[in-house]
Amino acid sequence: MRLISRIGKWFDQRLQLAAPIKEAVEHPVPRSTASWWYIFGSAALTVFVLQLVTGVLLALTYVPSAAEAWNSLQSLNHEVTLGWFIRALHGWGSNFMVAIVLIHMVQVFIFGAYKYPRELTWVVGVFLLIMTLAMAFTGQVLRFDQDAYWGLGIGASIASRTPVFGLAMVRLMLGGPIIGGPTLSRFFAVHVFVVPGALIALVGLHLLMVLKLGINEWPMPGRIVRKATYESEYHELTRKDGVPFFPYAVWKDLFFSAVILAAVAVCAAYFGPFGPTGQPDPTIIQTVPKPDFFFLWLYALLALLPPSMETPALLIGPVIVIAFLIALPFLFGEGEKSWRRRPIAVLSILLIAVALRTFTSLAGFSPWSPVMNAWSGEPIPAKILLGRTALERQGAVVFQAKQCHNCHALESEGGQRGPALDTVAARLTKDQLIRQVLQGRGNMPAYGNSLNPAETTALIAFLQTLHKPGQAPALDASRVGESSQ
Amino acid sequence: MTGDQLSRRGVLTRLGILFNGLMAVVLAIPFVGFILSAVTRGRGSGYRSWITLGSASQFPEGETRLATFRNPYVSPSDGKTADTACWVRHVEGDRFQVFAVNCAHLGCPVRWFPQSGLFLCPCHGGAYYRDGSRAAGPPERGMFEYSYKLENGLVLIQAGELPTPGMASARVGCGPCGGKSPCA
Repeated sequence: MRLISRIGKWFDQRLQLAAPIKEAVEHPVPRSTASWWYIFGSAALTVFVLQLVTGVLLALTYVPSAAEAWNSLQSLNHEVTLGWFIRALHGWGSNFMVAIVLIHMVQVFIFGAYKYPRELTWVVGVFLLIMTLAMAFTGQVLRFDQDAYWGLGIGASIASRTPVFGLAMVRLMLGGPIIGGPTLSRFFAVHVFVVPGALIALVGLHLLMVLKLGINEWPMPGRIVRKATYESEYHELTRKDGVPFFPYAVWKDLFFSAVILAAVAVCAAYFGPFGPTGQPDPTIIQTVPKPDFFFLWLYALLALLPPSMETPALLIGPVIVIAFLIALPFLFGEGEKSWRRRPIAVLSILLIAVALRTFTSLAGFSPWSPVMNAWSGEPIPAKILLGRTALERQGAVVFQAKQCHNCHALESEGGQRGPALDTVAARLTKDQLIRQVLQGRGNMPAYGNSLNPAETTALIAFLQTLHKPGQAPALDASRVGESSQ
Repeated sequence: MTGDQLSRRGVLTRLGILFNGLMAVVLAIPFVGFILSAVTRGRGSGYRSWITLGSASQFPEGETRLATFRNPYVSPSDGKTADTACWVRHVEGDRFQVFAVNCAHLGCPVRWFPQSGLFLCPCHGGAYYRDGSRAAGPPERGMFEYSYKLENGLVLIQAGELPTPGMASARVGCGPCGGKSPCA
């Protein structure tokens, strides 16, 4: 023991670090902050370190070349010992990191911790969030498969909508005229050097400010933040009711970090690595590209926005969101911290959470996309065809052959791009059906050019059988008299 | 106050800062030039050139078929990503239409369904008619069309750059223009 102590002293005489470290870890924090609610920041840091370690390990094998990347991922998955596990840890670590950073941000917002004097800590945190998302997106690109390739195409299409500089933005993003070698190289540089470097620097700054300004006290209704008095009140609080961060609060952080690491490891071991999906070969067009989990809401939003609003929403939306997040502590830097007195703050979080959850789950089954193989893979349920005439059955054949089923469901089978047609005969008259099929309307293409009169007659005859048993078919009011005579 | 010392060292310090600033600017010029090279290299029609899709006879009249070509502008590490697909519609006689597979909405690969005469996009449900015009869904325009020409029985298209909605030249649909170079 004496030897260890002597070696320690030898080093500290030269490093001079023991005193400042002791001071930092033992700084007094309000007793109320030694809480399970204050553990997300340290957990985010822990996962970040995991990402750094696993990232370096992956870089030992990964080849950042459009020609080789996919093969090197296969090699990691199947050849290199435990390569699959390191990939899985990095992939699941990424998901956990985005989730924890978001939870940390919500907690900080709900607890009013962004208010004076911690405005800059919040602003740096906003940039840390942006960089975390940037890491998630660029990481998805490095998993250079079909999803990555077409995801880049979507990114390029969005970039190209920039007024005036659209084409320049695309070339800058792709590193050339097409998605290719230079594209992957530059995403590799951004994912491995640029953003992690900035992340390390900003995480350091973020932590320094947390240490210097003190951890946000537990918000109490009626304890108002005022610039003139806050600092003296906070110091009074830590003096009267403060505890040293180490060991009073830190043990909860340590436990939670370990739990998170265990959770990442269990997910990685059980579910394995993400992809890669098919080869990034643009001549394989039988693919349905989808983004990773944390960008699914955006995928849904892009399908559901009215076309005219898309470009403004894509280009201006992020600017407004980021500007608002940065402005938040300056707009609401004083006042109540407690969520009990900030109903709008709480409702905003709930609204955003519900919206993101809804969009994400919608993206899971993407009702706006045609089911590309419904016409050949999902037959019309037999009971619909029972007792039909030859003409009506011929119409059912037309229904399948002309890919109507790709967009229209029957008995919940088929696409949901257009309305389900189970009871269409009760909604539309014969004339309306003909008009809708031949001329199209709204989101329905016109089929006038791809149906001959015989096919049209048969199809309409089939569509007219689609109603519930005993349900009256739609009637043309102007012809009601004729049909009853 | 040691005024002389301050001014002498102050001047030297300022000169030192100035020199470093100057060097930073001088070096920044090639740095920025390097970063922007992907943009500037393709000025004019730098990235685009005529490339063959093969014999016109392999595209039967009245049909639309998938063709592939190697992008004329490649870099050594492109691998398969420089292989590109396009839809070739042989309208009749010398009239063709060559469409990019990339949806005009956000670039996903559209598929041709000859039975219903529609191109359908798997991502957000864009649909186009056989002539590439918009039928339904989020795209605000028709499909991207390559300029084409026929030479010695070969179909040539002018390609080289990923078609995106912001590309002014991709907006030009050539329409019926015979066997001659339509958009030259």
